[in-house]
Amino acid sequence: MKKRAEVITFIAVVTFFILIVAGAPQSGTQLMVATTTSLYDSGLLDVMAEQYYEKYGVHLRFLALGSGQSLEHARRGDADAVLVHAPELENVFLSENAGGARKIIAYNFFAIVGPSDDPAGIENTSPTEALHRIAQTKATWVSRGDNSGTNIREKSLWAASGFESEELSDEDWYLESGSGMGTTLLIASERGAYTLADMGTYLKYRAENLIDLKVLVGEGKGLLNVYSVMAINPENHPHLNFQEAVRFIKFLISEEGQKLIGEFGVKEYGHPLFYPAVQLLKENLDPQLANWIRECAFFDDSECPDQYRLGQDELYL
Amino acid sequence: MSEQLFDLVVRSLWISGTALLLALTWSLPLSLLLGLKKFRGRKILISAFNSLLGIPTVALGLTLYLLFSHAGPLGFLGILYTPVAIIIGQALLITPIIVSLLTSAIESVDPNLKDLAKTLGASERQASLAILGEAKKGGILAGVAAFNRAISELGIALMVGGNLAGATRVMSTEIARGVTTGEMALSIQLTIILLLIVFGLTVLVNLAGKD
Amino acid sequence: MNVIMELKKVTREYEGKSALCGINLKIKHGEVFSLIGPNGAGKTTLLRIMAFLDKPTNGKIIYKGKEAWGPNLTKYRKKVTMVFQRPLFFNSTVFDNIAYGLKLRGYSSEEIEQKVDNVLRLVKMEDFQERSIKKISGGEQQRVAMARAIALNPELLLLDEPTANLDPANTKLIEKIIKKISKITTVVVATHNLFQAKRLSDRIGCLLSGRLIDVGNTRDIFSRPRDERTKKFVRGEFF
Repeated sequence: MKKRAEVITFIAVVTFFILIVAGAPQSGTQLMVATTTSLYDSGLLDVMAEQYYEKYGVHLRFLALGSGQSLEHARRGDADAVLVHAPELENVFLSENAGGARKIIAYNFFAIVGPSDDPAGIENTSPTEALHRIAQTKATWVSRGDNSGTNIREKSLWAASGFESEELSDEDWYLESGSGMGTTLLIASERGAYTLADMGTYLKYRAENLIDLKVLVGEGKGLLNVYSVMAINPENHPHLNFQEAVRFIKFLISEEGQKLIGEFGVKEYGHPLFYPAVQLLKENLDPQLANWIRECAFFDDSECPDQYRLGQDELYL
Repeated sequence: MSEQLFDLVVRSLWISGTALLLALTWSLPLSLLLGLKKFRGRKILISAFNSLLGIPTVALGLTLYLLFSHAGPLGFLGILYTPVAIIIGQALLITPIIVSLLTSAIESVDPNLKDLAKTLGASERQASLAILGEAKKGGILAGVAAFNRAISELGIALMVGGNLAGATRVMSTEIARGVTTGEMALSIQLTIILLLIVFGLTVLVNLAGKD
Repeated sequence: MNVIMELKKVTREYEGKSALCGINLKIKHGEVFSLIGPNGAGKTTLLRIMAFLDKPTNGKIIYKGKEAWGPNLTKYRKKVTMVFQRPLFFNSTVFDNIAYGLKLRGYSSEEIEQKVDNVLRLVKMEDFQERSIKKISGGEQQRVAMARAIALNPELLLLDEPTANLDPANTKLIEKIIKKISKITTVVVATHNLFQAKRLSDRIGCLLSGRLIDVGNTRDIFSRPRDERTKKFVRGEFF
């Protein structure tokens, strides 16, 4: 009896440690990337991770949070790189020297979506005009209210239309979901309300027939959505895998990476969810669009001012 | 079941199973102590564990995130966003469940059985184990309740696991993600599997426990 | 004759009151020794001390020449066993209850089956192996408790009121078993039944209010007790 109990205990302990070891992170074989939910939920990054693993044998681990949260996690050293769409916050992040080697990799447009009968009559107006009309008619608006990249854009659009989001919170027609894009879309659909959505999530929900919302305003400078990648400054967190982060950035701006971004979603939705930005900026293919991107997401006329390049000047040739 | 789904279910089972094993390593002796020994502060300890039964997973998740984060006091371990972090979190979460249920099961065993075991040649430790054996019905129930709580919880897996595909993604986090990304069919499928596991286990134990 | 267990000036205090006071007693190898005395005299307390369940507040217990309370206590516990007045059981089958102590001693499962078989035959319960302990009568339970103790081949068997609350048939059977087992092991019986003590024992100790007031051969205790109180007790005047 005693012997058997000891054998059982021994087996239990050994199994336990095998499980622990099996589940432990294998350093050097994975790269932790904090990213935005809207980007992750599109499914692009899972496809990218698969391709990246086949090529380099490294697992990309995407931590899907809001842009603000992602940057905060990166500050704490809990991610090797960030992939976000919040230029104002990124600027702060760079100026804190929290990270660098920033590259703009993709863009798309936010859309103001709403019920197809469009009670506020905003279809085909400009974004600021649309918000004006919504406020005037007191049509219901659902805000993310979660400090995500989309939420930040939403606030700046309201500000450009002459409304402060703090004041808006008191209005009956202005709701804050405090949730991700998907949930916010569901709420807007249920309540026949308007909201600002990223195209990726919108199209997916639309395709699954989960929402009854229409894109009413989908173009314009104010709706431009720019995604960029940054590595975390290795001086702050020496344990991080900086070299791998740089390789990941190089992959994203490579022909292969850009093609992957540009082709994702074409089969399913008929057009891409994200547009590659590297060639566009480098060769000024569409001057107006390139200018919009520069105005929206450049700091001091550069996607990454010299002092924040972390010695990776080759990224900017 | 697709391979991806299968991996997810297996990962959930081993993470929560390991969490249960880990929790048992300290909960068993603790329950024996609380159930058998009379000491000052025992009542307070028992009610403390009882009140921890309902600890919100997000509270525990956030606390552990702050501890395990690289900027946190235990950051040097490098276990944030690994299965190990979820295992530790879930083990802590279910400790009050095991301790509370097991302690009351042990308390309901006649304490004189310990003397009986001793007259039959048991050492102090063996006599305690004999009591534990008498409480095994309650103990198994405690284990099942604890495992079910672990495998169903979301807050900890999300906050210290990060829902990383292929690494820390478990059933509960994938169900939540499926809803936010509009993949309802996947969420529903997983929810059914999760419910089957939880109910199935309970039914199995009830059947086995019948005299 | 050899002494198997010796108690030296053993006292036991319980919640400030003394339950046993200065007990000096030698149990001889192979004998049947009866502890008699009225209820509350301390018989159970004394047996528990002899079974190493309770530690004496003062005094020593010498087992085969060695002090028992120490690092080897578990080893001594395996040689002495006690049957409680109200027998206790693990919530399981008759077989499991008897097998428990045998498993602790590291017997193989074949040996255990063999031994359980033998003792159950001794107490005339061969067919009871797989019966649940909860579903047999009080007399049968008492017999299983005896069988469980005997299966362990104890060097010293302590029986606390083994026939209290039993019907005459069961009492007779238990006494028969005690007689049988006493040929191979030393037995100490605590009883308030004087006739039983007389029938079973070689020597008798008379316990009164926690003091051992008289010890002697059975015949001497009954025919010419040295102590006045013993005299009264054996005449039944204490009841």
